[in-house]
Amino acid sequence: MSENILEVKNLRAYYKVLKGEVKAVDDLTFNVRKGEILGVAGESGCGKSTLANTLISRKPPLHYISGEVRLLGKDIMHMPSEQFRKMRFRNISLIPQYALDAFSPTRRIKQFISDLVRDHGIKADQKFMAKVVDRLRLVNLDESVLDRYSIELSGGMKQRIILTISTILDPEFLIADEITSALDVSSQRYVATMLANFRDEGIIGSAMFITHDLSILYQIADKILIMYAGNLVEIGPTDEIIKNPRHPYTRALIASLPQVGIQYKDHRLEGIEGTPPALLNIGEGCRFRFRCPYMSAKCEGSPALENVSLDHQVSCWYWKEVESDVSA
Amino acid sequence: MSVPSSNDSILSVRGLTKVFYSGVFRRQATVAVKDVWFEMKPGTILSLIGESGSGKTTIGKLILKLIQPTSGQIIYKGTDIAHLKNKEQLRDYYRKVQGVFQDPFATFNPLYRVDRIFNMVYSSFGLDQGKKDEQVREVLESVNLDPDRTLGKFPHQLSGGQLQRLLIARTLLMDVDILIADELISMLDASTRIGILNLLVDICKSRGMSILFITHDLNLGYYISDYTLIMYKGRLVEKGDTKKIYENPVHPYTKMLFESVPDIHRKWDRSEEFLPEHVVQEVREFYAANEGRGFEDVEEEHTVLFSDR
Ligand SMILES: Nc1ncnc2c1ncn2[C@@H]1O[C@H](COP(=O)(O)OP(=O)(O)OP(=O)(O)O)[C@@H](O)[C@H]1O
Ligand SMILES: Nc1ncnc2c1ncn2[C@@H]1O[C@H](COP(=O)(O)OP(=O)(O)O)[C@@H](O)[C@H]1O
Ligand code: SF4
Ligand SMILES: [Mg+2]
Ligand SMILES: [Mg+2]
Repeated sequence: MSENILEVKNLRAYYKVLKGEVKAVDDLTFNVRKGEILGVAGESGCGKSTLANTLISRKPPLHYISGEVRLLGKDIMHMPSEQFRKMRFRNISLIPQYALDAFSPTRRIKQFISDLVRDHGIKADQKFMAKVVDRLRLVNLDESVLDRYSIELSGGMKQRIILTISTILDPEFLIADEITSALDVSSQRYVATMLANFRDEGIIGSAMFITHDLSILYQIADKILIMYAGNLVEIGPTDEIIKNPRHPYTRALIASLPQVGIQYKDHRLEGIEGTPPALLNIGEGCRFRFRCPYMSAKCEGSPALENVSLDHQVSCWYWKEVESDVSA
Repeated sequence: MSVPSSNDSILSVRGLTKVFYSGVFRRQATVAVKDVWFEMKPGTILSLIGESGSGKTTIGKLILKLIQPTSGQIIYKGTDIAHLKNKEQLRDYYRKVQGVFQDPFATFNPLYRVDRIFNMVYSSFGLDQGKKDEQVREVLESVNLDPDRTLGKFPHQLSGGQLQRLLIARTLLMDVDILIADELISMLDASTRIGILNLLVDICKSRGMSILFITHDLNLGYYISDYTLIMYKGRLVEKGDTKKIYENPVHPYTKMLFESVPDIHRKWDRSEEFLPEHVVQEVREFYAANEGRGFEDVEEEHTVLFSDR
């Protein structure tokens, strides 16, 4: 068995606000192996970005509550921030959601890059820039982009630059939060494929690819983690999750995906009724129960994460019954 | 002035072109839309698909008469909308042809409660106030919103999906003929999206509305539309019956779109080199090889731009 790059155990991180606690990351347990791309999917507000931020930087009101996170064997939740800062870019790197908005229209790409890395104690000297140019070629951009302004570049090109810079020091672990969401389909394919290629070529070790679009995860992820309202509801190998989902939420999510070949005239897709619950001071119980067709009294208690197989876990009292329900 | 309109269309777009001038002395010209032709029919959904900057929103704005065309015509019920001059005619057009956009939060005044938003529809379009309360409740129910739980709320108290339902409810109240839905649901989650799509299909069919559904998501376009228009750099490059285009795409840009779309039944071929920039060259070669051909039907209800020269 190959080694784990990241080990997360019973992780909880809440936003502490005036009215109480927003339980956006609540009891997550999962591992990422070396060379693996873990896809994270779920509806907006379910805690995907909070998970990313918890692993990287917990700025108030976000607070680490409990649980364990080991990156390359090191406990990063209790590590002094100065020590963790040294790991940024080198061992772990984050492409935040909305990173595209960080480009300033009045600064050249070159300046943007040096500002970005300087914050992490890296000097954008000649040697560094030579490496940047080298890497830009991998994403089909040439040197001349460095002298351009961000408004002259498309979203897809800017995202390629961000991907290049975030991985310039060959981090063992890359977290990419919604890096394809604002792009055209062709750029989505390109950027997502590039990330997988970077992994194949060893530029990055492993990655966590966050998106609300499951069909992109199907293309590049090895494993998929489904979040719902701050909880992990299912995790497993990509083909298992897409073709043989066990959790009622995963099933409903996949059933609601439009696919080429399905037209309203032939087959009417159904969405999921209702909306996710508010996470502020949310109590016990399965958080999907308000929308779940299989809900029963037992679901007032929180289900544990159970093994479907060695690699595949699900958190639902009735996953076995759900599995045999062919009507769904 | 009346122009004979072709067959059963409610709106015909003919040779529509829009050039934006910007920069110093407005010398820089952007051809946002060039020589676009299509028809909109009652009870049908047309999807308009293309990459960012291809001119989709510009077409929507031209139809909504928010901007004026550089050349070409938009014929609504036999009349070129450029010739709608008096206040009465214009108000009628703005009422019957409505747009709903991606960001519903930007559309609603955050200080107005939902009931007030509906009241304003009545006053600004001079609708009969007599049956107002009853009608408002009826349209809210038809978009699956509970009137009692919606009317007293402010926009920020509703979810994105609920706000989009509200937008649609508003158009129902105005008895709209043509609805321009620009990236309406791209902000929503998959699970909520389908509900809105089904709602659009239902009102289109039951009320004989005509919908222009603007998206860059091919899967959504396929699900919802009867006809498809593919835009590339301001030009309509392929158009026709949705199933025919999807089954047999001909233009290199359309083909590239199909190769990129993430689908849970087909994985991208990672062994072949894929580069969005390649399509520029491919289109150029395609046009060069077909020089002089222009638009041609490849089958019934399926037209392709073979060359722009
Ligand atoms: N008011 C304007 N002034 C100058 N140029 C404009 C203006 N509005 C649009 N354009 C240009 O016209 C072209 C088409 O823009 P449009 O907004 O129609 O694209 P779109 O297909 O809707 O793109 P997206 O998918 O990003 O919404 C672009 O090159 C755009 O920059
Ligand atoms: N600064 C904050 N203070 C309080 N609650 C927050 C804050 N940021 C996010 N949240 C809440 O945390 C939850 C998860 O948000 P987020 O991680 O951004 O979700 P996702 O990335 O999956 O869309 C949501 O309920 C959101 O409203
Ligand atoms: S635990 Fe109960 S409510 Fe939750 S998903 Fe399973 S069956 Fe549904
Ligand atoms: Mg997010
Ligand atoms: Mg647009």
